[in-house]
Amino acid sequence: MLLPLGAPALPLDEAGKYVAGAYVVFVVLLVVYVAIMAAKVQRIEKELREVAEIAERNKAAQVAPGREAEEAAPHV
Amino acid sequence: MYGKGLKPLSITTVAMLALSLSLVFFYAPLDGDQGFIQKIFYLHVPLAMTALVGFIVGGLFAIAHLRTDNRKWDAYSYVSIHISVIFGVAVLITGAIWAKASWGHWWVWNEPTLVSFLIVFLMYATYYPFRYAIEDRDRQARYASVFAITAGAFVPLNFMAVRMAQSLVHPRVFATSNGGLPGEMLVVFLCCLVAMALLWVTLVKFELTAKSASGQVKRLRRALDAPAAGGGSRIAPEVS
Repeated sequence: MLLPLGAPALPLDEAGKYVAGAYVVFVVLLVVYVAIMAAKVQRIEKELREVAEIAERNKAAQVAPGREAEEAAPHV
Repeated sequence: MYGKGLKPLSITTVAMLALSLSLVFFYAPLDGDQGFIQKIFYLHVPLAMTALVGFIVGGLFAIAHLRTDNRKWDAYSYVSIHISVIFGVAVLITGAIWAKASWGHWWVWNEPTLVSFLIVFLMYATYYPFRYAIEDRDRQARYASVFAITAGAFVPLNFMAVRMAQSLVHPRVFATSNGGLPGEMLVVFLCCLVAMALLWVTLVKFELTAKSASGQVKRLRRALDAPAAGGGSRIAPEVS
């Protein structure tokens, strides 16, 4: 395969497209990665909220029997 | 605590990337041979160098995992390889764009530098299905470490083989007998290299922090005897 090894440099208007393309690819990859990570963080936040609700329910369930016993005790 | 120091690191990385891009477009002189198209060099080469070093670092973490049997090192190794593969995608695309502008072809199969990088990239692309094929987490981590060490050792060997090859078209700008990069270009290139290395470290730390947070939530669920949520990865190692 013959390659234009000694070819003159591309004019600025044509080279600019390629340079912009390369840098845009880099930025797009970075943005896609950040978007994927943002989705992951959102999922973690959702899971954390669920776990907090479970913990609160468990705590309420532990407190409730004690309160019921207190209420059921005869007042003197 | 994987997230410790992530904020100042991120700020430094963004500042360094901004500085590097400014230097590339406003300070670095135009290349006499390639002209404006040579600006891709400041993106493509640091990305490639960081990706290759990242693969080796992944291998070093894998050695630490096999020596200590601590799953933390497996997670480090996995994340290092993962980020390096992403960098590898960027290297291949930016390289193809540069090749098209410079040589008139998107890809040149008889150029050792290009083909060797593609081989390394494809080898690491098999890392994911390789991990995915093993169900048992301990075996998965061990086998993945062996893979990372073997592949990590292949990277410098591959690099040396390419340096010894008589390439026709791909430029050699470092340690060549007839010159190399002029001073101003070298300064800009080194800035770009530092920026890319910082970006790699930041992304690795970011990924590890997210994995750690996810691991902590799972731990909390187990402690509360809560049912596990779906959607967890079978291949990504858990970090606690």
